[in-house]
Amino acid sequence: MTPLLQVKGIEKRYGTRIGCAEVSFDLYPGEVMGIVGESGSGKSTLLNCLAGHLEPDAGQVVFDTKTDGPMDTVTMSEPERRMLGRTDWAFVHQHARDGLRMSVSAGGNIGERLMAVGERHYGNIRTKAIDWLGRVEIDETRLDDRPTSFSGGMQQRLQIARNLVTGPRLVFMDEPTGGLDVSVQARLLDLLRGLVREMGLSAIIVTHDLAVVRLLADRLMVMKDGHVVEAGLTDQVLDDPQHAYTQLLVSSVLQV
Amino acid sequence: MSEYNFAYLDEQTKRMIRRAILKGLAVPGYQVPFASREMPMPYGWGTGGVQVSAATLTPDDTLKVIDQGADDTTNAVSIRKFFEKTAGVETTEETEKATIIQTRHRIPEAALREDQILVYQVPIPEPLRFLEPRETETRKMHSLEEYGLMHVKLYEDISQHGAISTSYAYPVKVSERYVMDPSPIPKFDNPKLEMDAIQLFGAGREQRIYAVPPHTKAVSLDFEDYPFEATKADHPCDLCGAENSYLDEVITDDAGNRMFVCSDTDYCRSRREAGHAGRLAKEDAA
Amino acid sequence: MIELKNVSKSFTLHNQGSVTIPVMERASLKVEPGECVALTGASGAGKSTLMRVIYGNYLAGLGQVLVAGLDVAKAEPREILKLRRETLGYVSQFLRVVPRVPTLEVVAEPLLATGSDKQKALEKAASLLTRLSIPDRLWPLSPTTFSGGEQQRVNIARGFAHDYPAMLLDEPTASLDVKNRETVLTLIKEAKARGAAIVGIFHDIEARETVCDREVNVSEFTPEMVA
Repeated sequence: MTPLLQVKGIEKRYGTRIGCAEVSFDLYPGEVMGIVGESGSGKSTLLNCLAGHLEPDAGQVVFDTKTDGPMDTVTMSEPERRMLGRTDWAFVHQHARDGLRMSVSAGGNIGERLMAVGERHYGNIRTKAIDWLGRVEIDETRLDDRPTSFSGGMQQRLQIARNLVTGPRLVFMDEPTGGLDVSVQARLLDLLRGLVREMGLSAIIVTHDLAVVRLLADRLMVMKDGHVVEAGLTDQVLDDPQHAYTQLLVSSVLQV
Repeated sequence: MSEYNFAYLDEQTKRMIRRAILKGLAVPGYQVPFASREMPMPYGWGTGGVQVSAATLTPDDTLKVIDQGADDTTNAVSIRKFFEKTAGVETTEETEKATIIQTRHRIPEAALREDQILVYQVPIPEPLRFLEPRETETRKMHSLEEYGLMHVKLYEDISQHGAISTSYAYPVKVSERYVMDPSPIPKFDNPKLEMDAIQLFGAGREQRIYAVPPHTKAVSLDFEDYPFEATKADHPCDLCGAENSYLDEVITDDAGNRMFVCSDTDYCRSRREAGHAGRLAKEDAA
Repeated sequence: MIELKNVSKSFTLHNQGSVTIPVMERASLKVEPGECVALTGASGAGKSTLMRVIYGNYLAGLGQVLVAGLDVAKAEPREILKLRRETLGYVSQFLRVVPRVPTLEVVAEPLLATGSDKQKALEKAASLLTRLSIPDRLWPLSPTTFSGGEQQRVNIARGFAHDYPAMLLDEPTASLDVKNRETVLTLIKEAKARGAAIVGIFHDIEARETVCDREVNVSEFTPEMVA
């Protein structure tokens, strides 16, 4: 089986400071990988390098494209990379307002990616938008409302619908549950888990919340000071951490 | 007259603007940045159009200026006077006789010829601006031909009004490449964008010039199930009886009576002179 | 089916003066298909640790942990996940589920994960829940609100939904009444009959004697300094 994503020696520096360095891994179709670490550990820098939002100083991010097979997305042309960004890739931001058009209705937000890839039938776009509102548990009657009138949890679910409507194969998520109430988080996680399973998505989730990765991720990568200090099966890394930092991280979680 | 260089602008500036115009014609629909000058009129009064007209005028030209189709409104009159004073060119109100027509928000009803130039005044040249405020991003979208967002705007129209309610500044795709704002002309005029004359667009405050060469394809964006329609008031002109011209609605008294008249005053006048008459033609004559 | 060769395991506590605590040394074990092996030994001797090492939840330090030919001690995460999905089942003492998912789906999930037909999976789940006397009015509810005994039975139903060729059972009969205890023992016998290799921890001696073919005392693998 060909990996969906092969990351080889990714490095990003900010001047002399290391953003992330020597990061390599393979992600296979259907796999969900969590990246954990404290603020400043380089996990968001890494995610942005992988998703093409930042240009790494070294390394390759090889994605198995539908048409041409494995291609290095760091060196491919910008139009090709942006095309990936609205077809095979999706990016869920921590703050829904970074990932939504706040002045456009919920239906328009969901429809944008469809229209971006050439859908020109209003009725079809609307049918798909209604279907996706249902899948992220937003009432159909809110279709023509703007996200400004939505709660935080609803905005985040709308952002997810907007991203998944074109059936991407790889989803990048940056703290998808950050800033939400605990009860809202649980619902969102449950929803994400269902969608990931149902659509056979591969995903890379950056978070500092270990409960999130335990629930969603098959694999885990622990980062500190820009480097990966430990990686493996999620429950193994959390229940039998090998590295000093991971042990500290796991033992620092408050038990409820 | 002699205190001004011909058509107000100095020759270097006109040369710079002409280069922008030529580039615009070479890449139809593409917004060419240019170093817009301060003009002796406020922004929004046609500073972009005036600079394009100034760079295009020759002493042999005949200039016509219209504002929403009319030759006799303040904006049209003052720009006409401006060029009479600074360029000494002939002016006219007859579409047929003009070689350069500067317009605000209309295309004349009469078909234009290959030896004519139509200059548009443009307030906001960027069709993607209302949905994407970042200039860096809209430029990238144009260069990569990412125009999904344009349809989002039309989608919003239909979802909120049941039909595409955008009735002016209706976006077109020019020569199958660039999406362009045709300036706030009514969408009734959109089919006329495919014409024999050269069309130049000038945005003074935004410092952009773009163009549509003669016989160039300009397709109004739409959905398969909500096709583009060039709509107008469902009425004939009350003065000249024209069935197919764009109409202004005029309230005539406190009782709510109203009349519909051609927005193109020259077209209406020439029809009446040719003997056509509408519902209220006699009263108007009296 | 399950084979351990000289497996050692220790924990190094980096944040507590880097103390290394050996918990298992040279553990060897072999379980054939259709065989049920009980792990015995005093509390703290390492029965649960051994189960977790086999499941890949704890990382073995030295030696080989072979399950259906895969060395769990060295396998890639996705290989272990595939093994857990298709081959190796684990009934723990505690039910760990996502909130809000109905009981019937919780039980059917292992079948759905292997690509079974949804209708058939739900039928199998329903029959298991019936056998374990979970009333059908509870099926549409999430088990997170159930009593401890009910949760344990849901957990067992889930563990037996898919016919795993290898199974790990951690106290499957604990806190069950007589009737349900019988049902669980029958489920274990059925699994053996279809050829499953089973490793279990049974504090219930009678149950152990009913279903287990032999016993392995893990104290044999307990390092000197701990014992």
